[in-house]
Amino acid sequence: MNLVIREALLAFRRAPLLSSLSVTTIAFSLFVVGLFGLVAVNLQRALREVAERVEIVAYLLPGTPIETITLAEKDIEAFPEVQAATYVSEDSALARARAELVEFRDVLQELERNPLPASVEVKLKPAYRDVQHVNEVAERLQGFGFVDDVRFGRDWVEHLDRLRQIAAAVGLVVGAAFAVVAIIIIGTTIRMAVLQRSREIAIMRLVGATDGFIRRPFLLQGAIKGMLGGLAAIGLSYGAYALINRWLIHAAFFSTEQAVAIVGFGMLIGFFGSAASVGRHLRRV
Amino acid sequence: MIKFTNVFKAFPKGGLALKDVSFHIAKGEFAFLTGHSGAGKSTVLKLVYAEERPTSGAVRVSGFTVAEMRRKDVPMLRRRLGIVFQDFRLLEDRTAEENVAFALEVTGARRSTTPARVMRVLTQVGLAAKAKAYPRELSGGEQQRVAIARALVNEPTVLLADEPTGDLDERATRGVFQLLRDINASGTAVVMATHDLDLVRQAPYRVIELQEGALVYDSAVDESRGQAVTP
Repeated sequence: MNLVIREALLAFRRAPLLSSLSVTTIAFSLFVVGLFGLVAVNLQRALREVAERVEIVAYLLPGTPIETITLAEKDIEAFPEVQAATYVSEDSALARARAELVEFRDVLQELERNPLPASVEVKLKPAYRDVQHVNEVAERLQGFGFVDDVRFGRDWVEHLDRLRQIAAAVGLVVGAAFAVVAIIIIGTTIRMAVLQRSREIAIMRLVGATDGFIRRPFLLQGAIKGMLGGLAAIGLSYGAYALINRWLIHAAFFSTEQAVAIVGFGMLIGFFGSAASVGRHLRRV
Repeated sequence: MIKFTNVFKAFPKGGLALKDVSFHIAKGEFAFLTGHSGAGKSTVLKLVYAEERPTSGAVRVSGFTVAEMRRKDVPMLRRRLGIVFQDFRLLEDRTAEENVAFALEVTGARRSTTPARVMRVLTQVGLAAKAKAYPRELSGGEQQRVAIARALVNEPTVLLADEPTGDLDERATRGVFQLLRDINASGTAVVMATHDLDLVRQAPYRVIELQEGALVYDSAVDESRGQAVTP
């Protein structure tokens, strides 16, 4: 077995208590990050669902020939922002109104003439469901000669935008704060492991070990601890998620990529935390 | 081999630890470094194994100039030295043979030859039978023998011993000292710091005496002039 791997694994056997303490500390630090991540993931999902409903409706002038509309529909769908454009004829608009506006069913039944205009309903791609892009597309639609009026819930889209900005800012700040706290706690834990072995490090240096030789097992060990802590954190998060799902609300869990990212984050902190601690220690002895 | 030329060593808070120390220890020589505690014996040894650097003057050890050494060269110097301490400095959670093998492994020596080389030095120090014992299972003298085996396994040209018998009873002291003499007889230079004058009188070796950081007596120089400060 490779010497570096052997030395790294031996440390777990020699100091099982401190090692498991490190892993536990890392696990709980990352669990806090993970819990926040779960909130962020679910908030994002909820916002995405709301954003699904962002829609621009272009009302058409009466008597626009269907061929023109079909062509225009193709044009609109070719806009880079547009996911789908759907033509809604006067008749189907009325049918929909009858089905949806139950309170006005009687009024709608007694109509002699259909007062509803035909329209093209435009749905944007997820990345473009914000005020700026909605405005741009609306203006472009207005440019079609047969378009009478363009509507979208401006206030509503603006609110959604604002909500998204707040969510992003809070996510960034709180997420970064949690991450920093995790890094500090994990760094301290790893530093303890290094200090615990300072005698050993001094002896290694006396018998002619290079800094790299001393450092490598620590780095590997740090990465392993970070990985184990990350896996445990995912497990804890899953437990929390299962409880929430069962008793409170229907929530989403991390995607595989996100779970891998958390474990990877743990490994990185473990690795670089060890590098920093051992480096600092080696410079002093 | 080891050459000190007008070496001064000042510590930021400790004042002057060495004052104008010059001496030369040749290949294969055995030299005692004597003096009261605090006289600078350990400082001299630390300068030899590049744990400290001289404030001024030159320290040269088997081709290296200590003051100018880069950090990454220090391990290369130490692999040519064997170092033994009063407190043994063994790794408590490794057996005698693992402690010795460790010194080989850190140098990147071929792994296939490790067990044979470890066994050979353990036999040399008379501990082959206790290769699997942990330090806590060994007496002080035996632990020091393991430390000496560890110092020898890389076949050093110089063995530095800082009060190697300081914590040992008389019998163990005699045994360890005899071992150091045997090692010297086979060609390795030995520099032994000690304040045990009985030991110093036992053998006809060179004596370098330090007092408050200054070299006050060197038998190689002063005896030829017939003016011994310390008998």
